This record gives sequence, C-alpha cells and structure tokens, in this order.
Amino acid sequence: MPRGCARCSMPEEDCSDGGRSVGGAPLRHSGRERARHAAALSAIHHFTCDSPRAACGWWLATDVLGAPTYVLPRPQDVLRALLGGLSRPPWDKASYWYHAGITMWEAVLGFAIGSALGALLGLVLSHWPILGKSWYPYIVGFQSLPKVALAPLMVVWFGFGLEGKVFITAIITFFPVLVNMMAGYQAVEPERIELARSCNASELHLFTKIIIPSCLPFLFAGLGVASVLSILGAVVGEFVGASAGLGMLLMQFTQAMEIAQLFAVILLLAVIGFLMNHVVSLVERRYCFWAQRSNATART
Amino acid sequence: MPIAQDSMEAIRAVTAPLESGPAPSPALIRAHGLSKTYATGSGQVPALAGIDFEIYDGEFVSVVGQSGCGKSTLLKLLAGLLPFTAGSVELNGKPLRGPTREAAVVFQSPVLLPWRTVLDNVMLPIEFRKLPKAMYRQSAVNLLAMVGLSEFAQRYPFELSGGMQQRVAIARALVQDPRLLLMDEPFGALDAMTRDQMNLELIRIWSHSRKTVIFITHSIAEAVFLSDRVIAMTPRPGTIADIITIELPRPRDLSVINTDRFGRYAARLRSLLDAGGGLL
Repeated sequence: MPRGCARCSMPEEDCSDGGRSVGGAPLRHSGRERARHAAALSAIHHFTCDSPRAACGWWLATDVLGAPTYVLPRPQDVLRALLGGLSRPPWDKASYWYHAGITMWEAVLGFAIGSALGALLGLVLSHWPILGKSWYPYIVGFQSLPKVALAPLMVVWFGFGLEGKVFITAIITFFPVLVNMMAGYQAVEPERIELARSCNASELHLFTKIIIPSCLPFLFAGLGVASVLSILGAVVGEFVGASAGLGMLLMQFTQAMEIAQLFAVILLLAVIGFLMNHVVSLVERRYCFWAQRSNATART
Repeated sequence: MPIAQDSMEAIRAVTAPLESGPAPSPALIRAHGLSKTYATGSGQVPALAGIDFEIYDGEFVSVVGQSGCGKSTLLKLLAGLLPFTAGSVELNGKPLRGPTREAAVVFQSPVLLPWRTVLDNVMLPIEFRKLPKAMYRQSAVNLLAMVGLSEFAQRYPFELSGGMQQRVAIARALVQDPRLLLMDEPFGALDAMTRDQMNLELIRIWSHSRKTVIFITHSIAEAVFLSDRVIAMTPRPGTIADIITIELPRPRDLSVINTDRFGRYAARLRSLLDAGGGLL
C-alpha cells in the first residue's frame, strides 16, 4: 500500500504536488487525470486480451467437448444470430433493432418518470419530517414487496401496450432514487445550511443553491442503480404479455428452442444495460465532477 | 421607509446615551445580561449566563475559553443564528433579531460549495441577499486580490489548500460589506505553520478593511497576538471571567510573541481560564 497524498487521496508519486503544498502552491490534479487514463487503457487491454480467451473457452466447451447446443449454443451460431438480427432494417418486425428500440423506449420512459418522482418525493419527505414520518412506513412496506409480482396485474390494468411496461419500470426505478435522495438530504453538511441562513437566504435559494446540489452525488448513485433496473422492469413487463420488445423475443425463442437467438438477445440486453448506466455516469461526470475530487478537502 | 428608519436611528442615537447612563459610547455591539439555555432530553442546560460587554467600531476582540465554555454559542447568538433565552443584544443601535447584513460569519471549516468556482463562492452571499450581482462582482474580484487569490478566481475549491480555502471564506464574508466579522475558530483545522501565516494575513486584512472582528479561539497566544481586547470565558455556564486590554503596539509581527509583555498577557489569561476549572 503506497503512502497516499493527503489532499487528493492518490498514491503520492501519482499526485503531481506530492502532498507538499498546504499554504502556498495550487494543487493540480494532472497526475490524477493521467492515472485515470492509465486505468482506462488497462481496462481496454484486459478486455481485448481476455474476451478472445473467453470465446475460445466457450468454443472449446461446445465444439470440442461437445456440450449440447440446446444447453450452450456455439459462439459462432450466437454471433450469426446476432448479426442476422441486427442486419435487418429497424422497421422489419424480425429485426433486433425494432425490438431493442421498443424495450429501450419503455425503459427510458419508465426510468425518467420513476426517478423524477423518486427524487421529488425524497426531497419532500426529508424536508417536511411530518410527512416523512407518516408516509415512510407505507413506502417501506411497498418497497419490501417484490415489484416484479405486480407485472401480471399490469396486463390486466393496461393490456399488452407500452403503458404497463412503463409503469412497472417506473415503480422499480422509483425506490433506489427515493432512498438515495433521502440519504443525500440527511448528509447535507449543517454548516452549509447555517451559511445560507446567516445570509438570510430564502427557502427557495436554500433548496436550489445548497440542498439540491449537495444531494447530487447521492442522486446519481441512485440513478446508476435505477438505470440498470429499468431494463429489468421493461423485460419483466414484456415477459408477462407483450406484442414486441426484447423480453417478448426471449419468451418466443425459448418456446421455439432457438437457444442461439436467445443468447444473442441476452447479449444485446447486457449491452443496453451497460449503455444506460454509462450515459448516467457521463451525465454524472459532467454535473458532479466536483464530488470525487472534493472528498479529500470537503470536511477539513 | 429608509427616511423613517434613518430618523428613528437619529432619535435613538440622541436618546440612547440618556437611557443607558452618562457615558455615551460608539459601541457597535452592546450585549446585556445575555443568556442561553439549551433544552435537552435530560433537562435545561445553561450554556451562557449573564454575558455583558460592549465592542466598539473597528475593534479586534477575541473570545478565549476551554471547549464547551459556550464561546461558539455566543458567536451564533451574535450572528442571529440562535435565539437567546434572556438579555439583549444591540448591533449598531438596533436590537438583534436574526441574521443581518451587518454581521458576517466565518465558520470553523471554510464551507465552500465544491460545485462553484472560487469567485462564485465569494458571490454567494450577494445571491442569497438578492443584491445586484453586477454591482458586487468587482468588489468580489478586489477582495480575492486582497486575500492574494486573484489567479484562483476561476478555480474550484478542491484545487486549493486548506489555508487558501479559509481565505476564500474570509473574502466571502467581506463581500456583503458587513460592519462586523464573526469568526468561529477559523484557523483551528490548520497546521501550526499555516495558522501563523493566516494570523498575519488576518491582521493585514483587518487593517485594510477596518471591520470590527469578534474572533473565537481556544489559543491564548492567538488571542493575544491578534486582539485589542480579549474576553476570557469560564465554562458551565459560560460567563465572562475578565476582559483584558492588550496594549501591544501595532503593526505586530510574529516576533512580538517572544516579548515579556506578550508573556505576561498570556500568563494572566491562562490564570483566568485556570481559575474557571483547570485547563486541559
């Protein structure tokens, strides 16, 4: 364990100022940037080296050791299925693009509604403790319910269309955002609120200039979880009854024993989940760039 | 309204000396019988009892005492952040009711908002008080120059060291042009060397801006070095043991710490604080 720079919690040799400057020189973080690039490069390196190895192992298991293809399809078959599904134009009902688009639209819409409501209610419940105390038991009760159990009900309520999937996704994404927002509100440094009060800040300013920005790191933690869960919501919604979407494709391919196709769709879902999460972390990096780097100094 | 207020002030200025006795004084703050009791689960805890003092315009006054003697409570009362239980405080002739523009606070930690640049942090009180931003922007820039951080105006707090952050906090307190600067152990979290530097810096800033300063500290040396007068407090409940006038010549530099007179002031304060229950 190398000795860390006191200011930016980096190994001392990586931090350009070596933890020396306290009263005088500015603290630059170019060392940190460099380390981040190095980490990204090494991740790419591992991926490019390891994924062919994994594919080789997969191929060995199927073609050489002879695992039955209805258990584990051959990688080349999965790749063929994937390319076949993706090479069709998006308006073709057999195209993966068409179904992926529908699933993503359900997920994004549900995510937007669910996390917006979660964030808003999180603020309201923490800011007015009376509301929080009276509502929170119901929320906890509802949270302990496995939300997936509601999916069949959605078919009854909303039929086979978009609404049911959006609804279930919204419910699933609502809770992680709500809980994180409430944790974020609790974690606002009391000194920041005191500072605002000492300047006669209005309630609105207290919210917009202190509380909401202070909650952002927590909000983004919740959004990161919710972004992955949103795909889960959409897929489960499609399982119980849908006329389109990747979840519906999964059911169809299972029933037809098209295991290679099934694997192709699963891969596609993984990619979509990764992309959703990545978009959230890009937005986080844009609006919350200060959170990571402030940790070392925020509470001095 | 401003005319009416001015005339009220004028009347008060004429009548106040008659009401409060024969000695007319230009006191900026007048605390009389100031008390604060906290209600806790296990009953009433007196934090301050019967504090009386007057602080004059342009003075640098320190408050020293052990931790838990109520000096931070005193500062919060003066900042209008806490209601007091008994007594009265007048700031600039007006009874104190809540935070005002005339008193700005520098907290123990810099409390900079990490998502704002240094300049935007300094501008924060202007935004909170809904003052015209364009008018105060230049004074914010000037204040940053005064605390020696001009080239950091567009940087973010995490790029600054602890001492620099606290200098930004001082600039932020001064931007609304208060009469009174309330400082709550502002250098307590800094290392000894940086602390000495910051004390020199503070004296320089104070002599530049001519604000009245109330400086809370638990360091006797810091109090003697900085102040015109030092209020020594004894704990549980917090009362004033004595108020010592420090007659060391200004401008002061760090060498004054080694003089006999400095030592005598420090010893006097230490015995005052000791009498109140023993120093740790």
